[in-house]
Amino acid sequence: MTPPQTRGTRLLRKLAGHRAVWPLLALAVILIVDGFVAPGFFTIRIVEGRLFGSLIDILYRAVPTALLALGMAVVIGTKGIDLSVGSVIAVVGATIAWRIHEGDPHFVILLVALGVGLLCGIWNGFLVAVLDIQPIIATLILMVSGRGIGLMINLIYGGTNPSFESPLLQGLSVGHLGLIPTRLILGAAIFAVLWLLIRRTALGLFLEAVGGNAAAADLAGINARLIKYSAYLISGVCAGWAGIILTADTHTSDPVSVALYSELDAILAVVIGGGSLAGGRIYLGMTLIGVLVIQALTTSILTSGLPPEYNLLVKAVVVLFVLLLQSNNFRKAVFSLFRRGTARRGRP
Amino acid sequence: MGEATNPRIELLGVSKTFPGVRALEKVDLRLRAGEVHALLGENGAGKSTLIKIMTGALRADEGEIRLDGRPVEIRTTGDAQALGISTVYQEVNLVPTMSVTKNLTLGRQPLRFGLISWRSASALARQRLRRLNLDIDVERQLGSYSVAIQQLVAIARALEDDTRVLVLDEPTASLDANETNLLFQIVRDLKSHGIAIVFITHFIDQVYEISDRISVLRNGRLVGEALTAELPRLQLISMMLGRALGHVEEQAKAKARAGKTEAAPVLEARQLGRRRTMAPFDLSLRPGEVVGLSGLLGSGRTETAKLMFGAIHPDSGQVQLEGRPVLRNSPRHSLRNGIVLCPEDRKAEGLIGELSVRENIVLALQTKRGWLHRLPLDEQNRLAEEMIKALDIDTPDADKPVGQLSGGNQQKVVLARALASRPKVLLLDEPTRGIDVGAHAEIVALIRRLCAEGLALLVASSELDELVAVSDRVAVLRDRNMVGEMAGDDITRENIIRTIAGGRSWTKPQE
Repeated sequence: MTPPQTRGTRLLRKLAGHRAVWPLLALAVILIVDGFVAPGFFTIRIVEGRLFGSLIDILYRAVPTALLALGMAVVIGTKGIDLSVGSVIAVVGATIAWRIHEGDPHFVILLVALGVGLLCGIWNGFLVAVLDIQPIIATLILMVSGRGIGLMINLIYGGTNPSFESPLLQGLSVGHLGLIPTRLILGAAIFAVLWLLIRRTALGLFLEAVGGNAAAADLAGINARLIKYSAYLISGVCAGWAGIILTADTHTSDPVSVALYSELDAILAVVIGGGSLAGGRIYLGMTLIGVLVIQALTTSILTSGLPPEYNLLVKAVVVLFVLLLQSNNFRKAVFSLFRRGTARRGRP
Repeated sequence: MGEATNPRIELLGVSKTFPGVRALEKVDLRLRAGEVHALLGENGAGKSTLIKIMTGALRADEGEIRLDGRPVEIRTTGDAQALGISTVYQEVNLVPTMSVTKNLTLGRQPLRFGLISWRSASALARQRLRRLNLDIDVERQLGSYSVAIQQLVAIARALEDDTRVLVLDEPTASLDANETNLLFQIVRDLKSHGIAIVFITHFIDQVYEISDRISVLRNGRLVGEALTAELPRLQLISMMLGRALGHVEEQAKAKARAGKTEAAPVLEARQLGRRRTMAPFDLSLRPGEVVGLSGLLGSGRTETAKLMFGAIHPDSGQVQLEGRPVLRNSPRHSLRNGIVLCPEDRKAEGLIGELSVRENIVLALQTKRGWLHRLPLDEQNRLAEEMIKALDIDTPDADKPVGQLSGGNQQKVVLARALASRPKVLLLDEPTRGIDVGAHAEIVALIRRLCAEGLALLVASSELDELVAVSDRVAVLRDRNMVGEMAGDDITRENIIRTIAGGRSWTKPQE
């Protein structure tokens, strides 16, 4: 039997070395600061039969970005990147508004919306995996054209920013099941499915192998093209779900400004979660923590009463700080500076 | 040799600890002007760490460095360069897509009116190369030259006018005999100019050819320093291995060639070839047999193995598996059919550095099973532990990223991956490249054991002794042609060399 003390310290050391420590610490600090700045930040009440409070709000707003970031984590794991996810949301939104005006059954529209996301993934995957175009350029094409496609779809029936009503889609987006917002359940379900797909089949290993060293993966018998392709399909479908939630939230299709710069938030979340753009590793859970850091930050800037003009700058500074904390070189430099300082003071 | 008595640079009592590893323990190294000093030791002995401390890439925990008797502090690579210590690393770290001029002048381009003057840059580059008696077109891309020339360009870049110490880290690893000779001429020339040269290598022959003095490291300690002329080979190898060499030699001799079955071939190439890559050849692999593939660098060894594996698409001939033609020849299909290739370049084509030892080991087996049938984690761990034990892979645990292992252990992981997929045919391309003597013997023994278990093996190697020791048959390549095949007692160093050189071939020569 190991004495509990050594077991405890070993656990502690293992914990301190874990990659989750710094992002979690950052999240905790942001929340604690919020607790001081905004009284009642941690209170969760039940209002009109649903959970209500700042923490719930952070989770609620984080869901669309989380879906994008999960897909992004998979793509980045293959040494790729998907810049088109924000534009995919625009196309999905326009398609939903169009089909609702055409009077399709709403569950069919749900499938069509996901199909549009998948189609975008097929396009990106084709460019990257079949034509061997560099991912950043390949997905840039849809990033630029996607919002235009959305506007053209709006033109099909002559609408600009057409609004609509859909109990099914709005139920998924802004509704609640019992006390819990539906989109949280939906997000959790998609995360679970994705996690099973990545970690309970060998797909994750293959994705990481292709991202880590495509030539070696090929010689180990992995169909690198197909595996890369699958990453963009996953990202497309995730963006499809995010599009459904965001479009139903505003009941309108607004291709120009919906989810603007959301691809950047998604990439940032993956990186805060410890993912490397050099590929080779997929951290789904850590990516979610990255999303929460970003969303907690956005929400707390809004609730802090700081003029909204400061938002982007404060966000940039905090994100930079989180990334610096994760950098081994930076930590070493700070630590040695600190050590040298104490050593000098300690000298008689 | 001049003032050979006083050391030019001394590292005294140098220690270095990495998390969990004592990399160096009070090591001394004394380099004298005008001497080639061979630094030897198995993988993980501490050679690289010692060199990195001398060149400022790492800092020692304790110990001191003296230059011409005066203590100096080397904190950064810049410090080392200012003191005249230059290094040429094992992997050529130049930019292959840039011209020779750019590679040689990068970071110190001559300026004219604040802009780079490419004309004087070229002149400077030519002048640097002239010191090595190298006359090449400096405007061509570096990558268009042979590895040997690239290596020389790297040396030219490292050499400054005031270079006093030059470290060559495995400079001959990818050179053939002629290229090595060229390099050695230059090393002798530099030596005559009073430069102290550190030469790190795995080739014992080359140590005796070029070095004046030898230091041997083992497990982070200095085992001994001696003049090359006074240190017999056998003693040197036992210093490196830390054990009597007896059984290594014995193993090499104890080869039973008798009683090979004339079993039907598992894998057979019939007039397999590809234009400009490899002329059509016939080659059959039988269970329980080792076929060696010999030839000089660039003679088509790797291409032959890759054609049989399907990693290079043939444009003529076919591969037959157990008598039936293989219709779709690709790595994926080969793997499903029980054919595995261990590539020569383990970094570029073998390992996935980010992934753990375990993940690297199970990869090929997992591919064979398909993505839906994930090997359960218990099973993965069991397999990884089994392989780590069987191949004696030196790693604290199976979850360590494979990129952090030493070269020899990485090579074993590539082998472990192949074996874990339970192959029928194993194609090994340079299985012992960059591996120390101990691991070398282990891998040779492993090859023989696998063969006894009924595996069909193809071993492509640039080391003749290794091929002679393991092969039941040897196919010889010259200039991308298969020029001969020999079996049994005909397999000798001399016969192989004569065949490569273009003498008598032992079976039908190809057209």
